[in-house]
Amino acid sequence: MRANGKIQLYVAKDLNDALTKVSDPGCNWQPLAGGTDIMVHAGSSLQMGAKFIAIGHLPELRSIELQNETLSIGSCATYTDIRSDNLVKKYFPMLDQAAAATGALAIQNQGTIGGNIANASPAADTPPALLAYGAEIQLISTRGTRTMPYCDFHTGYKTTAKKPDEIIRRVILRKTNESNFLTFYRKVGTRSSLAISKVVFAASAGMTANGFISHIRLAYGSMGPTPLRALRTESLLKGTEASNIPADEAIRTLAKDLCPIDDIRSTKTYRQAVAGNLLKQFIEQLRGITV
Amino acid sequence: MKTGLVGSPMPRVEAAEKISGVAQYIDDMAFPGMLHGLTIRSQVPCGKINGIRFDQSFDWSGFTIVTAADIPGKNLVALIAEDQPYLAHSRIEHPEEPVLLIAHEDRSQLFQARSKITIEVDTEVPCLSLSEASHRATTQKSFVHKEFLVEKGNVETVWTDAEKIVEAVYETGLQEHLYIEPNGVIASVSPDKSEVTVIGSMQCPYYVHKAIKQLFNMRDDQVRIIQTATGGGFGGKEEYPSIIAGHAALLAWKSGRYVKLIYDRDEDMAATTKRHPSKTRIRSAIDKDGRLMALDIDFTLDGGAYSTLSPVVLSRGTLHAAGPYDCPNTRIRSRALKTNTPPNGAFRGFGAPQSIFAIEQHMNALARASGLSDVEIRRRNFLKDTSITATGQIINDHVDLCQLTERALNLSDFFAKRETFSRLNPGQTVKRGMGLATFMHGAGFTGSGERTMASIAGVSGSPEGKIKVLASSTEIGQGAKTIFTQIACDALSLPAEMIEIADADTGIVPNSGPTVASRTTMVVGKLVEDACKGMLSKLLSAGLLKREYQPKDFAQAVRLHLAKYGELKILSEYRQPPHITWDDKTYRGDAYGTFAWGVYVAEVEVDTTTFQTRVNDFVAVQEVGKVVNPILAAGQIEGGVSQGIGFALYEKVVCREGRMLNNRMTNYIIPTATDFGPIRVEFFESPYPFGPQGAKGIGELPLDGTAPAITAAIEDAIQKPVCHIPFLPEDLMETMK
Amino acid sequence: MNHPEEASNIELNVNDKLHPINVAPFTRLLDVLRDKLRLTGTKEGCGEGECGACAVIIDGKVINSCLIPIATVKNSKITTIEGLSGKAAELVKESFALCNGAQCGICTPGMVISATDLLNKNPNPELDVIKESLSGNLCRCTGYIRIIHAVDDAARKLKES
Repeated sequence: MRANGKIQLYVAKDLNDALTKVSDPGCNWQPLAGGTDIMVHAGSSLQMGAKFIAIGHLPELRSIELQNETLSIGSCATYTDIRSDNLVKKYFPMLDQAAAATGALAIQNQGTIGGNIANASPAADTPPALLAYGAEIQLISTRGTRTMPYCDFHTGYKTTAKKPDEIIRRVILRKTNESNFLTFYRKVGTRSSLAISKVVFAASAGMTANGFISHIRLAYGSMGPTPLRALRTESLLKGTEASNIPADEAIRTLAKDLCPIDDIRSTKTYRQAVAGNLLKQFIEQLRGITV
Repeated sequence: MKTGLVGSPMPRVEAAEKISGVAQYIDDMAFPGMLHGLTIRSQVPCGKINGIRFDQSFDWSGFTIVTAADIPGKNLVALIAEDQPYLAHSRIEHPEEPVLLIAHEDRSQLFQARSKITIEVDTEVPCLSLSEASHRATTQKSFVHKEFLVEKGNVETVWTDAEKIVEAVYETGLQEHLYIEPNGVIASVSPDKSEVTVIGSMQCPYYVHKAIKQLFNMRDDQVRIIQTATGGGFGGKEEYPSIIAGHAALLAWKSGRYVKLIYDRDEDMAATTKRHPSKTRIRSAIDKDGRLMALDIDFTLDGGAYSTLSPVVLSRGTLHAAGPYDCPNTRIRSRALKTNTPPNGAFRGFGAPQSIFAIEQHMNALARASGLSDVEIRRRNFLKDTSITATGQIINDHVDLCQLTERALNLSDFFAKRETFSRLNPGQTVKRGMGLATFMHGAGFTGSGERTMASIAGVSGSPEGKIKVLASSTEIGQGAKTIFTQIACDALSLPAEMIEIADADTGIVPNSGPTVASRTTMVVGKLVEDACKGMLSKLLSAGLLKREYQPKDFAQAVRLHLAKYGELKILSEYRQPPHITWDDKTYRGDAYGTFAWGVYVAEVEVDTTTFQTRVNDFVAVQEVGKVVNPILAAGQIEGGVSQGIGFALYEKVVCREGRMLNNRMTNYIIPTATDFGPIRVEFFESPYPFGPQGAKGIGELPLDGTAPAITAAIEDAIQKPVCHIPFLPEDLMETMK
Repeated sequence: MNHPEEASNIELNVNDKLHPINVAPFTRLLDVLRDKLRLTGTKEGCGEGECGACAVIIDGKVINSCLIPIATVKNSKITTIEGLSGKAAELVKESFALCNGAQCGICTPGMVISATDLLNKNPNPELDVIKESLSGNLCRCTGYIRIIHAVDDAARKLKES
């Protein structure tokens, strides 16, 4: 598809410039970071009259920095930035895995974590990892900044808590000091690269010294209208003894937490079955942890 | 004649310009004042056209518009049945059917204009499935594009005596070619409208030539078709380009300008031809030794809305339906039916991958029923020299399928791996399996096809003393130019630098037939070889050359001949080898001059957590007469195997109301570089006397054997039968329940 | 009068040359390269970043040019297949020719770009790494076997030189 010349694109001079533009009421400037999703639809009639403001080049939005106990990842950090960062690999390996599972190298060089989040596809590869890490998301506007739990950010299919005058500033991840902290990430796609997910599963769990699950997060992609956490299943498993996890009950409860659909890529029965199988794999890992 | 280049891994003559990005594909070209074209297509599957409405508030100045009324000649695409219009005028028969054409200088304007055009249709209930088509065919002959009956012996006589009877149904789906370069052409018409020229991406310039002649009611010399560098074809650019070429030419005719018509990917996927879906019912009987007593095969293809090439696809599928097996009583009843979907067409394999999938899976079912292994039941039933096929052809290829099987099993470590897998699988979530497929593929056109086509190819001498090969065969990635170069070099004892290959331009080269049916090396290459020998003979008898000569002597002889006689051109016309006899009416005799034979082995792993299958290792052993260029030949097999992997595991066309929904590369899945393991290729040679230095055809072989080898391996891994492809993880999950 | 949002006057750095470009800022880089600069070695296979035939190198990274609005690269250094140079590029192209890495050739420029970028950054890659670096370039003709082999061959020669 060829891009329609009627679409406007403005390259922000700096962050303030970008914030000023998006705060202009009625002007509808949409932030464009990497563009790997927006540009696919560029030629369609849906984009007629659209206005984009390019922010992906702004250095303050790209940095990845450790501040005390938290890692801040700028919204315009690309997947390649994330994969090459040793801090990410060391403290948040699921993010590295998610970035590696995204598209292929050229897409990783261009696509950004913030663009992925803002695009709000339920099939996105990175959001479940962020949910499993209990990440926070920081939004910025001319009115200031605000930080919220990322698990509250997606409010419905392709809708988020971001206001029209806000730009995603950064994602914040808190380091864990626990010695028994287990993570699990797996994306099941249509093929091994360049694939949209059919199921994404990201999980984390911490255990007490005597082998009980102190906290657990089970996050899924492509299993509902948004990236989501299986909250009932988490409640069921929290506090249980790792060597004695009620796996069958967990799978049954999982069916209540997830609402996959039939779509062009897969079926709801497949997705539900695989989601359950991946949880089982995680449970096996938890069972195997010797304390 | 020296032998040397044929059989050697000569690097491709076509390589440099492709690797440097200099090769000119059609979309790389532009002409002064050129317009861009767009096809306006029906959005409904079926109905009566009431009219075409143009939104009058839109500025139509600057647009060229063509409807059926503008067609100077026949509004029918010249092919076999001639039932397909270039532009629909009274009825819509399938979604995406072309109704009108528009052109403009600014391509982006076209998409806006499209939204301002409405095609008004009184919709009718479409026929969207083979079962519905079968039902309609009972009362409407028009729903049957073609049918065949091939019989040997009498299947009805054996059921009562059979040791075991097995009956099953097998299905294969639509497959999209997904050449990375979409269809595209540029057309121009002379100011006095006496000449039409079309250049573009295509496999068969002479098919396009014939179609354009009919569209404009012109003579041979008034139409010129030139193939440009073509980014993949696989059959998808065999007959289809006649349509896009005609459309561009009509716009050029009306506008008086050059018109470029290139399909965007989504249009190409939704609107152009695909592999025919198939449904095969096989009822078979074996005796107590596992020998076939009867094969009763019902083979049905979905041809889509118009006949196009369905008769020939059906023919090849029919003639390959009984596999490489000797069965005394065989009945093959086959039909190609009509549905209100975009017409299906040629795709590498051309009906054989569909029927071979069925017979191979069925042999595995017979193995299970008889207690014999899949290897053993095949060994006991292979065709060999003096065996008689279902059409009454006596096999005479001097090929021992058992020998090929042995080699493939050794190379793949088949038995040892199977033993290991069957021991380990029960305790593992990732299960592994080995599977094999054995098959044959008829080289060249079926039966009397080659004789009817009477292909011509030749060579000419140039003033520089070089030799130019004249053939309408197109280089589409397989290395045709290199193969012809090698053949010519050997025939004339000349180095490669002295050989040039003429462009596939109907103004320059004779009609060597289409670049299809695995015939380019075997049939056209042979004509080139013969023409070279003819040229050598001519120069010798003219006294311009001695028996022992150096290349420079040859060049001199050519120059002298040109100086003396003005021209040096030798054309060779196809003559059917005397051993081939075929009766089109009874469909009996020698279906093909020769067959290539293959044994493929797949090793898969099935992850029962995600139900995904991965091909971890693949062995492809085939007998091909003579390997003209081992590197090119291996490349053909490897590429074909990867398409077969897609056909088996990934490539599903999702449709709604007859229209492809997943018509984007994001959603139509072909394998990437990380999706499968090694493909190991080996060749056997049993020279075919009527191919150049013994060569047979190889291009389509890998589409025959790959999918069934993979599904056999899945069956081995999960111990459940697989009866349809594509076999997606969702299907595997259902099967394992 | 053109508003600054509506048209871009750019000096685009392509293959170490500056080209004056005046197009709408959302125009795809792919179209600028092919239609305006007539650098047609970069191909369009899908228009949605899914096939890699349009791959170029922008500021040292492989990027699908069909996904890049021109205004975002006005200060970038762009290299296309036509401008690819250096030892790795030479060896990759030679190996492609020797190993039959190109059949129809339409995916080849993108493959050569990805392979060259890999060898420039990682001169001694394992086969798995080679496959990963090519996994964003689709090929329908070759089954990737000889392309992977060509890159491996070039890597070996690069090491020896």
